[in-house]
Amino acid sequence: MGGAVHGAHLIEMRGITKYYGKGEALVRALDGIDVTIDDGEFVAVMGSSGSGKSTCMNILGALDTPTGGEYLFKGVNVARLSRDQQALLRREYIGFVFQSFNLLPRTSALENVELPLVYRGVHRRQRRQRAMEMLDLVGLSDRAHHTPAELSGGQQQRVAIARALATDPSVLFADEPTGNLDSKRSAEVLDFLADLNRQQGITIVMVTHEPELAEWAKRVLWFSDGRLVKDGTPAEVAA
Amino acid sequence: MIVWSTIGMSLRQIGRNKMRSFLTALGIVIGVGAVIAMVHLGDAATRNVTDRISAMGQNLLMVQPGTRRRGPGGSRSEAKPFDERVVRALESEVSGAIFAPSASSRATVVLGNTNWPTTVTGTTNGFFKIRDWPVVEGREFEAGELRAATPVCIVGKTIVDEVFGGTGALDAQLRVGKLSCRVIGVLESKSSMMGQDQDDLVLMPLSTFQRRIAGNWDISMVYVSALVDGTTEEVQSQIETVLREKRRIAPGADDDFNVRDMAEIAETVSGTFEALSMLLSFIAAVSLLVGGIGIMNIMLVSVTERTREIGIRLAIGARGREVLWQFLIESAVLSGIGGLLGIGVGLGGAYGLCQLAEFTFAPVPSIIVIAFLISAVIGVMFGFWPAYKAARLDPIEALRHE
Ligand SMILES: Nc1ncnc2c1ncn2[C@@H]1O[C@H](COP(=O)(O)OP(=O)(O)OP(=O)(O)O)[C@@H](O)[C@H]1O
Ligand SMILES: [Mg+2]
Repeated sequence: MGGAVHGAHLIEMRGITKYYGKGEALVRALDGIDVTIDDGEFVAVMGSSGSGKSTCMNILGALDTPTGGEYLFKGVNVARLSRDQQALLRREYIGFVFQSFNLLPRTSALENVELPLVYRGVHRRQRRQRAMEMLDLVGLSDRAHHTPAELSGGQQQRVAIARALATDPSVLFADEPTGNLDSKRSAEVLDFLADLNRQQGITIVMVTHEPELAEWAKRVLWFSDGRLVKDGTPAEVAA
Repeated sequence: MIVWSTIGMSLRQIGRNKMRSFLTALGIVIGVGAVIAMVHLGDAATRNVTDRISAMGQNLLMVQPGTRRRGPGGSRSEAKPFDERVVRALESEVSGAIFAPSASSRATVVLGNTNWPTTVTGTTNGFFKIRDWPVVEGREFEAGELRAATPVCIVGKTIVDEVFGGTGALDAQLRVGKLSCRVIGVLESKSSMMGQDQDDLVLMPLSTFQRRIAGNWDISMVYVSALVDGTTEEVQSQIETVLREKRRIAPGADDDFNVRDMAEIAETVSGTFEALSMLLSFIAAVSLLVGGIGIMNIMLVSVTERTREIGIRLAIGARGREVLWQFLIESAVLSGIGGLLGIGVGLGGAYGLCQLAEFTFAPVPSIIVIAFLISAVIGVMFGFWPAYKAARLDPIEALRHE
C-alpha cells in the first residue's frame, strides 16, 4: 500500500451500489452509499435484516467488489488494485470478523489464530506466542488446542476475533461479533473492543442488531433498503 | 519460511484424512511399485542369464550344420550333418583349439521301476574341458571305451537325484533306451539356465551313442574352445575355412553350417530380456499415469470440498499464489509419499521374485531416484489444474460456498 494518500480519510465510499440479479429479479442490496470513516472511530452499523449491512461490510473488507461507485481505502481506489494487491491490503490493514465465524474446521483454535500470521511470514515461534497472547486476550487460552467443533458458538466467535486482531490491523470490520453471545458476554466483548479502540486506536466498524450494544460506539450508521438513512451519535440515531 | 509453513499445513491436511490420502496415493504406489519391480526384475534376469551363459565355458564356440538364422532362437535349416572326417580335419588343420564332437537325442532311462525321460549326448573327453564341466565322482571316459563303443555313461546330478534317489549311481547299471550302460561318473551340478535344468543329461562315448543309440555316424554339434584367450575370432575363421573346403561350398555361396560364439549368444539373449523388460516397464509407466489422474481427481474433489476454507484463507490475506502453492505442495507431497511407498513395495516385490527365480537381486539406485522424482513431478503436474482452480476463486464466492 505504498500508494496510501496522506491526510485522506481512512475509508471513503462514493455512490457505492451493489446489485444482484437482473431485470425483474434485480436486488439493490446497496443503492448509493456515501460515507467517510476516519482513523480511530468506533462505528456501529445497524438496520433491519436484509438492509445491506453485510454487503457493505464485505465491500469495506475488500472481499467483494461493488457494482458501481468508488471505494477509497487510505485514499487508494480499491477497485484499481489487482487481486494480489487486494489480498495484501486485507493482510496488512484489515481484520474481519464474520457473521458466521468462518474458522477452519478440524483445525485448532491456536492454528486458526496463527493463520493470518503464516501469510504475513511471521516465524513459527513468534507466531505461536502472538496467537497465544490473542487467545489469552479473548479468554480462551485454555481452549487453544480445541477445534471449532469442540467450542461453543460464543467461543468460536472469540477465536474469530482473536484471529482478526492477531495481525494488528488498522481497522476491524466485525459483522455481528456478538450475534451468538448472551448479553453478559456481549458486553464483555464490546468492552474489549472499546478498549482496543481507545487504547490502541484501532478503527472499529461493527454490525449489530442490539440498540444497547450500539451505545458503546461513538457513531451509528443506519441502513434501510440498501441506503444509509441515518448517521449520528447513538442518541441521535435512536431518536 | 512461507514454504515450510505451507508444507507443514499440507502434511497436517494429509494426516487429517489418512484413509483418503492413502487411497489417493495408492495409484502412485502401484504405478511406481510396478515400474521399480519390473526394472529390477529385468535387470536381475539379464544379469543372471549373461552370467550363466558366460559360465558355460571360456572361449566357447559351437559349430552346427545348417545356415544361421538371425534373431533369438533362430532355427537352422536342414543341412548335411557333420561326420568323423570333418572333425578330424578340424583337429588337424585348426591350431590353438580343442574340439569335442557330439550328437544327442531324447531317450528314457530306466532303473528298476523308474522311468525318466532325458537327453543323451555322445561326446568325447574334450567336452568336460570345453564346457568347463568336470566329473566330480568317478572318472572320464577311457580311450579304449571311446574307441570300442563300450556301454558306459556319465550322468548329471538330476539323474542321480531323480533316478537313483540321490546316491549309489556309480557303477550301477542304467538302461538308456534299449542299451544297458555302467555308470562310471557323475558330473558337477550346474544351476538351471532360463528355466532349463542343465543337470538332466546322460553322457556316453560318441561311438557308443552313434552305434547303439542313433544307428548312424552323424555328428550334430562340435564344441570348440580356443586355448588362448581372445583368439576365438581367429579360431572361428579357421574353422569356417576348413569347413567350407571340406563341405565343398562354392566361393560366394552361403555357409551350410554355423559357428556361434557364447558372447554373441549372451548378447542376443540379454537383448531379448532387455526388450521384454522395457515393454513391461512401459506398461507399468502407464499405470503410473493412471495413478496421476487419480490424484488429480481427488485434488479436484478436495478443492470443491474445501472451497470455504480457500475463501477463508483468501479473506485473511492469502494471495492466489499462496493457495496455489498449498494445493500443489499437497499433491506433490501426497504423490511423493506414494512414490516412496511404491519404491518400498517395488523393491520388496522384486526381491521376492528374484528369490523365487533364483536371481541375484541388486538395487538400481538411478531408477529409484528417477521413480521418486517422477512421482513428485506427477503430483505437481496433475495437482496444477486443481490448485489453479483453487487459486482463482473469488473470496466472497468461496466464502458463500456451502
Ligand atoms: N449473493 C447474493 N445473491 C443475491 N442476493 C443477495 C446476495 N447476498 C445478499 N443478497 C441480498 O442483498 C440484500 C442485503 O443482504 P445483506 O446480507 O447485506 O443484509 P444484512 O443487512 O446483512 O441482513 P442481516 O441483518 O440479516 O444479516 C438482501 O436482500 C439479500 O437477499
Ligand atoms: Mg448480515
